[in-house]
Amino acid sequence: MTTELGDLYQEVILEHSKAPRNFRRPVSANHEAEGYNPLCGDRCTVYIDMDGDKISEIGFQGSGCAISRASASMMTQMVKGKTKAEAVKLFEQFHNLVTGKDEAAKADDLGKMAVFGGVSKFPARVKCATLAWHTLQSALEDEKKQEAVSTE
Amino acid sequence: MSTAVHQTGSAALDIERIKRDFPILDQKIHGHKLVYLDSAATSQKPRAVIDALVRYYEHDNANIHRGVHTLSVRATEAHDEARETVRCFIQAADANEIIFVRSATEAINLVAETYGRANVGEGDEVLITAMEHHSNIVPWQMLCEEKGAHLRVAPINNAGELELDAFEKLLSPRTRIVAVTHVSNALGTVNPLRKIVQLAHAHDVPVLVDGAQAVPHLPVDVQAIGCDFYAFSGHKVYGPTGIGVLYGKEEILAEMSPYQGGGDMISSVTFEKTTYNVVPYKFEAGTPDIAGAIGLGAALEYISKLGMDKIAAHEHDLLTYATDKVGAIAGVRLIGTARERAGLLSFVMEGVHPHDLGTILDHEGVAIRTGHHCAQPVMDRFGIPATARASFAVYNTREDVDALVEGMRKAQEVFA
Repeated sequence: MTTELGDLYQEVILEHSKAPRNFRRPVSANHEAEGYNPLCGDRCTVYIDMDGDKISEIGFQGSGCAISRASASMMTQMVKGKTKAEAVKLFEQFHNLVTGKDEAAKADDLGKMAVFGGVSKFPARVKCATLAWHTLQSALEDEKKQEAVSTE
Repeated sequence: MSTAVHQTGSAALDIERIKRDFPILDQKIHGHKLVYLDSAATSQKPRAVIDALVRYYEHDNANIHRGVHTLSVRATEAHDEARETVRCFIQAADANEIIFVRSATEAINLVAETYGRANVGEGDEVLITAMEHHSNIVPWQMLCEEKGAHLRVAPINNAGELELDAFEKLLSPRTRIVAVTHVSNALGTVNPLRKIVQLAHAHDVPVLVDGAQAVPHLPVDVQAIGCDFYAFSGHKVYGPTGIGVLYGKEEILAEMSPYQGGGDMISSVTFEKTTYNVVPYKFEAGTPDIAGAIGLGAALEYISKLGMDKIAAHEHDLLTYATDKVGAIAGVRLIGTARERAGLLSFVMEGVHPHDLGTILDHEGVAIRTGHHCAQPVMDRFGIPATARASFAVYNTREDVDALVEGMRKAQEVFA
């Protein structure tokens, strides 16, 4: 693998894509949203149990590439227990990271998710990495989202 | 003469020499020689096409059908010649049956909005197949919605072949038009067009053929096929983007109402009444893509010189080779295994999503398409969200297929 490719498919990303965490619908879920990337057909549904302003439980389901699955898996681990505002802020930082706008984000609050910094060298894959986050944002906003949120 | 277009010779094509006709192929991607296997999305352009565009803009550019000055005459003649080249290439009876449009998509929309609107009414039916590209689904869906008509879909089998018996049963007294692809862009299936046209015509139903994926790969003879409309895009057959062709039988075109209003599509205009121009101009409102038509003409001349029969034979050899090699990789499932296929190979790999495969192949210099190929119903039919698709053109070689296979093995290692 080239260095760039190695930066994209880091071991932790491959591992999460093969064995995604929280890959389920929590029985207590009271918010959900479906995300869809019409360019590639990737789908992702995010389920949240909001306890007041706090994400007390979260899960996801769907089909997609290694980047989108790993991103969704690690996102669920990261935002569990966070408030809505904290989750939205993390999305902003993550978005800056994968679009190459904020190199410093690697060292900030994103923790393990800093491994997605390699995505910034692959503009065509940014939407794969952010699909779950877009869907999370939509799920946070609406109790029941009727239409799938799109990356487009 | 039509025989000049589809000339054949005994000598095989010199692919290495042909490759050198395509300047873009002489480059490295991520340190590897570019292997372009995405010609079904858009083909690369030979020097002859690029030169024709430059020559036109440097020497002949003017608006057509307008001026008496020399440049306008030259531009008009070049545009007319391109129309004749297209006629010859698809063996139409008359150059007036060739309408220049933007793309195959626009060609289909033109028919849906003119012929369709005039002939499809409430309770009527439009019959398509389950292997259509979105461009041969959505315009008919829009028409059916507007008119209160029904879209009927003939099924395909597990190999990706049209089920002809079911197709025939779906032809009803309410069927107003059949729209079917010549070659499937997602599966590579070649449809038995003569049989389809024969069945449809037996019910007095006209047939539109989406030929976007066929014209680069097979000799096409619209009169032998017998179809009423045939649509294709220039950019998939070595021509520029932004130019496409609608062929229609002259007697049907003459009856059809115009598509868009504007200049060039009229004979005379007053505020009270406008008289429309004759075919094909009736359907070509506004200044057309003159350079695009000339570029398309150059492209068709280029491949006609090589010989469509020879190109078809070369690509058939490549497809057979690729099917064997790719099909032999453990965990690979071919999507679309019709007996008659052309131009492409669609597949999925266990444990490697098409997107990841596409990215890894790109780092080996190999360009393929990944996704649903604008044929989501085909993906649904096979229960998959996406496929990887390697598609071939005259400039591809067995070495290109080897590079693909090598890259696929590397992808398997990454995801092992």
